[in-house]
Amino acid sequence: MADELERPGGEPVEHEAEPHLPAPTIWPFAFAAGITLLLIGLIVNWLLAAIGGAVAVIFGFLWIRDATREVRRPVAEPEPAEPVSEVVAEEEEEAEEEPERYPRSVFLELSTLGIGAAIGGLVTLPAIGFMVAPAFVDQGYDDVDLGPLTNFPANQWVTATFVSAADEPPDVGRRTTFVRNNGLANGVPSITIISNRCVHMGCPTQPGGLLQRPQEVNTESGAVRLIVTQGLSGFTCPCHGGAYDTEGNRTAGPPVRALDRYQYSIRNGNLILGKPYSVSHVTGEGAEAEVHAYKLADPGQHVDGPEQVFYPPKFWIP
Amino acid sequence: MARARKSPRRQKLEALVLAPINWLEERSGLVGAVKYFLFRRVAPESNWFHTLGSATLTAFLVQLVTGVILAMYYKPAPDEAYASIQKITNELTLGWLVRGMHRWGASVFIILLFLHMGRVFLFGAYKYPRELNWLIGVILLTLALAEGLTGYLLPWDQTAYWATVVAININANAPIVGPFLGDFLRGGAEIGEDTLARFYSLHMLVIPGGLISLITLHVYLVIRLGVTEPPWTRGAGGYDFVEDGRGPARRGLVAPRPRGNGSMGSPTRTEVER
Repeated sequence: MADELERPGGEPVEHEAEPHLPAPTIWPFAFAAGITLLLIGLIVNWLLAAIGGAVAVIFGFLWIRDATREVRRPVAEPEPAEPVSEVVAEEEEEAEEEPERYPRSVFLELSTLGIGAAIGGLVTLPAIGFMVAPAFVDQGYDDVDLGPLTNFPANQWVTATFVSAADEPPDVGRRTTFVRNNGLANGVPSITIISNRCVHMGCPTQPGGLLQRPQEVNTESGAVRLIVTQGLSGFTCPCHGGAYDTEGNRTAGPPVRALDRYQYSIRNGNLILGKPYSVSHVTGEGAEAEVHAYKLADPGQHVDGPEQVFYPPKFWIP
Repeated sequence: MARARKSPRRQKLEALVLAPINWLEERSGLVGAVKYFLFRRVAPESNWFHTLGSATLTAFLVQLVTGVILAMYYKPAPDEAYASIQKITNELTLGWLVRGMHRWGASVFIILLFLHMGRVFLFGAYKYPRELNWLIGVILLTLALAEGLTGYLLPWDQTAYWATVVAININANAPIVGPFLGDFLRGGAEIGEDTLARFYSLHMLVIPGGLISLITLHVYLVIRLGVTEPPWTRGAGGYDFVEDGRGPARRGLVAPRPRGNGSMGSPTRTEVER
């Protein structure tokens, strides 16, 4: 080794200068294989994912154990090992015999650091709070007046565009829903209101049907544009090809659940849009449809099935 | 004085030029520092691949300067942003050029980052004692990609708007933290003016601050630890040397010349000649 450690000029180099590298280990390969199996399993089969997860945990543990061996147990070369450990032991004994002292300079150092940290915290924490908190406080959806119910003919789809957030600049707060008046069910009006937000990644789905002439209605919530859509076959998304049937169930493409829906009420003969909510799937049709409803979730998040553990419900939205 | 005497006029001129430099050097040592930085020893066989790092730095400086100037004309509000970008591009003198440099320069910056990273990987320059600089580089790469994401929304055209809707929802799909991350990036449950304002702040204040600090640290470590030799360098026999004499560091992935133990095989002894 000595010749290899020489500078080009020929000067020898001290032996302590040997590079300190962790011992080679093969566990990362097995760990990576486990992660791969886990990811494939998430798509294909849960059993496979569990096996992959177990493999990753086991070999991840072995890898960490290998990589930290020298840190946990200082390298003990056969020859100098015993004297070194004796010295350490002696020092420890001495330390135990002699009680620790805190001289004034140590106290001053620590208190300077502590006061500095306190001042830093007093300045930083409110700033960070102001950065994060407004996104989670006073969130929610206001009711929106969509105008008289008579504008929604029975068993016809109407694409309604409305202002959802009045405090946003024009257009930024506009949203679109697909509304179908199912007529009376048990003497109560039944209405299906489906959000146009694709539940894959949030692009606007388009209604597949024949659009009629738009109609502008002025309500308390601002201008509402209504477009009757005939012969609707379903909804499709232009971004990544997600497709849904007329109840919002996924028929093709990458979405993981059915289209979101809105609660509704009828006040003085006007259709009032309530809060949006998420839907895993819908069985049945029209007024008889059974909607499996969940708290509103972002697009792409599972609301049912085992994957829902990855997406805690948004407790900050009422 | 064997050399020919300089003319008095030339001496005066030299003194005039050197006086302010000496004044600065005497009070700060900065001239020496710059000289050390520019004329430090590098590996003898360093080549054009070693310039990718400085090229990336140059691309970043271009982004910095053009971005600061664009901020003088850009308006980060949903009802003004698109119009202000149109004005910069079509009306203001040389606006098209500066915006073009910033827009295309962003891609150049990212491409150079990856080329630089590839060079460091293939030359084995991430190995001891330069692991920390690799880690800093990984954070720099992440920050650069975050610059790309936040800058993409600012023109507020259809591409910008819907690409950002999708990008935020991808972030919102991260396990466990996703729902929080999505609402944090949007500044609420729905994309709107707060989203644009916070992307603007992230794009031109927060992330550049991080980039500048970490690039400074990155370059400091390059100067302290020196430049790695290319793997095909002969002579050092698998090692190169850190400039401050702290010891040898392993060279690249490729060992060009296989080395034996230097002793011919013998049936009568087992030791190796040194």
